[in-house]
Amino acid sequence: MANATLGRPDPDQLLRQLDAQKRQLSLERLKVFLGYASGVGKSFRMLDEGRRRRERGQDVVVGAVQPNMPPELERLIQAMEVIPLKKVGGGEAMDVETILARRPQVCLMDGAAYGNPPGSRNTKRWQDIMELVSHGIVAITSLNLQHIEERREVVKQITGHEAQETVPISFLYAANEIVIVDVPPELLLERAGGPGTADPALAETQRQLSALREQALLLTAEVVDRQLEDYLRAHGIEQLWGTQERILVVLTPGSNAEAMIASGRRNADRFHGELMVVYVRHPLLSRKDERELQEHLEAARQAGAQAEVLDGDDPVETLMDFASARRATQIFVGPRRRRHWWNSVVGGPIDRLIRAAEGMDVRVFPH
Amino acid sequence: MAENSSQEQGRLKVYLGYAAGVGKTFQMLADARELKQRGLDVVIGYLEPHGRKDTIIQAEGLELIPRRKIAYRGAAFEEMDLEAIVRRHPDVCVVDEFPHSNVPGSSRAKRWEDVLTLLDAGMDVLTTMNIQHLESLNDQVWQMTGVRVRETIPDWVMKQADEVVMVDLTPRALLNRLERGVVYPPEKARQALENFFRESTLVALRELALRQCAHEVEVRQVSPAESFSMDAVLTELETQVAPAPFAGNDRILVHLTEHPSTAMLIRRGRRVADYLQAECFAVYVSGDSDFAGLPSERREAIERHLNFARNLHLETHVLEGSNVVETLMAFARLHRVTQIFVARPQYSRWPAFFAMNRVHRIVAEARDMQVTIVAERRREPHA
Repeated sequence: MANATLGRPDPDQLLRQLDAQKRQLSLERLKVFLGYASGVGKSFRMLDEGRRRRERGQDVVVGAVQPNMPPELERLIQAMEVIPLKKVGGGEAMDVETILARRPQVCLMDGAAYGNPPGSRNTKRWQDIMELVSHGIVAITSLNLQHIEERREVVKQITGHEAQETVPISFLYAANEIVIVDVPPELLLERAGGPGTADPALAETQRQLSALREQALLLTAEVVDRQLEDYLRAHGIEQLWGTQERILVVLTPGSNAEAMIASGRRNADRFHGELMVVYVRHPLLSRKDERELQEHLEAARQAGAQAEVLDGDDPVETLMDFASARRATQIFVGPRRRRHWWNSVVGGPIDRLIRAAEGMDVRVFPH
Repeated sequence: MAENSSQEQGRLKVYLGYAAGVGKTFQMLADARELKQRGLDVVIGYLEPHGRKDTIIQAEGLELIPRRKIAYRGAAFEEMDLEAIVRRHPDVCVVDEFPHSNVPGSSRAKRWEDVLTLLDAGMDVLTTMNIQHLESLNDQVWQMTGVRVRETIPDWVMKQADEVVMVDLTPRALLNRLERGVVYPPEKARQALENFFRESTLVALRELALRQCAHEVEVRQVSPAESFSMDAVLTELETQVAPAPFAGNDRILVHLTEHPSTAMLIRRGRRVADYLQAECFAVYVSGDSDFAGLPSERREAIERHLNFARNLHLETHVLEGSNVVETLMAFARLHRVTQIFVARPQYSRWPAFFAMNRVHRIVAEARDMQVTIVAERRREPHA
């Protein structure tokens, strides 16, 4: 496109570009456009990407689209090669055999959560998609939040409805690219041609859409976080900073464990971060202490925390090793009853912890 | 939602991205065209197309208010012509690059101040920004990129937005665009690839933007009272544990000193307060001498920090008392503070002994409060 308006392209440069594209395509597997509701424009983004790839010379086909597309999408589809769905039993499924025989570089497919009719090659469309991917075809697909199995409950809490057809979250993790299609709920409602916002039923719809939207953004952030971890691991990069708050609650004998865990939970939820709760096994711990700590740890696990017992000769070093490895951003500690070794502030463990906790916040809880 | 005291207050929409070239301006212009098609009076108040053809095409057919020329140190600069826009008074005004600092000699120092003026005058505004320009993320962004971003948007200004939309593009696609020369000319693209545009940095910034956008959506969902019940539903769901009885009753006190780390401390306190929906105080206690009697260097540093805190909408107080810790604690108890934020002393310096001593005394004295010792973020892994 760019070259057409800038005059004759340099042939060498064109070759280099094609080479780069080939390299690029070999790295790609699966790209997912994620939305929080129908109508946000996922299909449009998917088809538009197909159009642009075609213009760049890639071999693109459409493997599956929703029926009854709006006219602007119909126009996009008409400009592309479509491999029709095939009849299976009483229903329709994607024609995986034909697509594999046709061997395009890129295949566009709507509705990854769609369930295939009995007698199909795979029971779910997302499995069809993974099959194409395993044959080296770059798959581009679209998906709504409510169709993610692991988010079904949250969505049900928000809307009262539960999706029947779902895709496991591992499908998203398998994608090398995920894009959120973000549109304010208002625009969505306007597009749907609803009445004015004064309608109370509409206000409720808007609230639900907002909540779904937040969840979709967070889900994307979670997938992106995993990609970052993978990237860092693959490139051997040790990175101190996280983009997510990671709270480490350190339990000690007699510390106000319930309050600390509750506060940790609340803070982690507010920041949509992670919660870790640990204690350090230590020769000075009495059996009673250890039993209590175990109980608190179990309660923390129930509250969704990653709960662990740490072993090490030096409690502070052990804690700091753990905190660094898990990239904690905040450490919660609580002093014990007064006049205890843990509590002797200067030169005591809390002091050492504060000194050692470079780049992390230390929050000391009241006695 | 922004508190609209007057009916005519305009609505603000922010297109949030994580780097140049993700398509913020393009998306904003596409929406502006849609609004115009619906019959609204739309103008472009300021546009920075960076020579990108798609963007320029998208702007065609929209009325452009000519920029104002401002001479500064013998050079001519162009800024948005606020007065001309106010006179023209469209329904909707498109203003690119929200965090921009106006050239000295402009009527307002920051473009966001111009935008607030437009909103006050009853115009709706569409604007763009990248996540790295949010003030409270300044330290985190520095840690990720090594770049200290100077042009920032205070978090309370972001809160004025009625709508924040994430403009998303994968880092890989962005890097491809950069390599194809869509984003910058070749020389600048090469430089960019070495700095901001490293893939791991982009991925991290993107995650930051997604999380911030989720937060912005969350705080706009419903009134605080209702947002609690919403939270309760989600919390209960994930943890099966009842949440604390009252959300939003945290009160945070940030202890200001003349130390340079205070700016970081203020940002951190602000951010935590926003997430916990807590009130936030910034308090300086002058010790032996009164504030006016301080050496000018210290006084200036403290005034700078007080100003910074005020700009971020912290409630600032200057207290006098010969015993700093006691004075601070008395204030904290009086204001029912739940958390005190103090900077972690730097151990390599000898005055740290006194500072550490102070931190210890605060911890020892704060029997009914949490004390958060905030460490400066560092960039390289510890040896």
